[in-house]
Amino acid sequence: MNAQANLASRPSKEQVIYANILVIGVWIGLAVLFLTYFIYLSGLMPSHVDMSLVTNNWDKGVNEYLEITHSPHGWGWLSLLGKGDFLNYLGFAFLALMTIVCYLVLVKGYISKKDWIYAGIALAEIIVLSIAASGMLGSGGH
Amino acid sequence: MLNTFINSVNRRLVTIVVLVLSCPAAAFAAEQALLGGGDKPWWYWPIILFIFCFGLGILAVMAGVGGGVLYVPLVSGFFPFHIDFVRGVGLMVALAGALAAGPGLLRRNLANLRLALPVALIASTFSIVGAMLGLYLSALNPDIIQVCLGATIVGIAMLLIFSKNTEKPVVTKQDAIGMALGLGGVYWDEGSRESVEWKTHRTALGFFMFILIGLIAGMFGLGAGWANVPVLNILMGAPLKVSVATSKFLLSITDTSAAWIYMNRGCVIPLIGVPSIVGLMLGSLLGVKLLAIAKPKMIRYFVIVVLLFAGLKAMDKGLGLGILG
Repeated sequence: MNAQANLASRPSKEQVIYANILVIGVWIGLAVLFLTYFIYLSGLMPSHVDMSLVTNNWDKGVNEYLEITHSPHGWGWLSLLGKGDFLNYLGFAFLALMTIVCYLVLVKGYISKKDWIYAGIALAEIIVLSIAASGMLGSGGH
Repeated sequence: MLNTFINSVNRRLVTIVVLVLSCPAAAFAAEQALLGGGDKPWWYWPIILFIFCFGLGILAVMAGVGGGVLYVPLVSGFFPFHIDFVRGVGLMVALAGALAAGPGLLRRNLANLRLALPVALIASTFSIVGAMLGLYLSALNPDIIQVCLGATIVGIAMLLIFSKNTEKPVVTKQDAIGMALGLGGVYWDEGSRESVEWKTHRTALGFFMFILIGLIAGMFGLGAGWANVPVLNILMGAPLKVSVATSKFLLSITDTSAAWIYMNRGCVIPLIGVPSIVGLMLGSLLGVKLLAIAKPKMIRYFVIVVLLFAGLKAMDKGLGLGILG
């Protein structure tokens, strides 16, 4: 491989930073998921919804399930972090937020390179993901 | 001679174990047991689900498909969970797998950010629309989603049978959009020991296809690798390795937006979600190791048959025919 091709086939700086953040984030997210699930199953913290109530109603639609189990929607789980079952949402949310964090790095990189098209695309993606995460869209329904 | 014999026995054994572990019959038998009497303790289904997803993870890697596309039809068909929860967890499963694979693919420059970013923006935006539409339809009548999911899964099985991906497609002239966005690059191919230069064409049509892919991914909670790869490779002309890697990376973005919609609606139940994610990820890790001694071609055929069956069962369930049990 000649020097020029070697240079061209290397990942960009932003790509490497993105990968580094992702690898740390994924392992933290999975560790949180595993730990909080252990706390939940071991009963170290009380559950908001009894296990038997969950298993007896998980064949029902989500709106009916939330109503029966008095479970919140949107970011309502944050107020129930003292409960073993809702503590698990920390891991889910952490994993689902990783992409937004990584995109912030991309925006900075593209702006410094004056690559306005890609800075705009990355910024638009952050807005799309943030709107989805905010709960503004479709978190109601019961 | 002895080594050859041991390898041959190993290969058959691994193939049989994988097929048995991931066989929906196990879950089906358990479902029947539950219907016979709902006296199972709370931990029964999470353990069955973990074992099933572990097998599914091995199978997915060997067959070269994503976990989500197998998870949603099989779990919704053979486990007692409502389709709302299966789709929500299915997206989390696909997201976790894609996030875990992302760093390696980006570092080796196989997943290409310039190619991924524009299509991810389109697919993730429309996966939100798909998720909202899917939740609306399933609130109206979950059978609508079951029938549409079944038809989609049968279509995916057909796509796996008939699509002929190209290792290094020839792109003679890049279109204006592709050129403006700089959709191209160079990667080092370890197999042929050469650097491969590539560029895309038919970019506008490719972008349009990602609208449909996003809608389907969001509506049914499927990771969309099965659709990303043919569009990037056959339609847009990206090399197969770049297409596969970029597709896997893309899922981490597309599935994020749809996963948030399902999560905010309350469709992710930890008792279902965590055993599924952990089971599939551990299964995938083992699958990578077993890949060397199993028969991937045979497993791929098995997956296609399972998908066809799962798709037909979902349609049967949605239409209330009761032909497939």
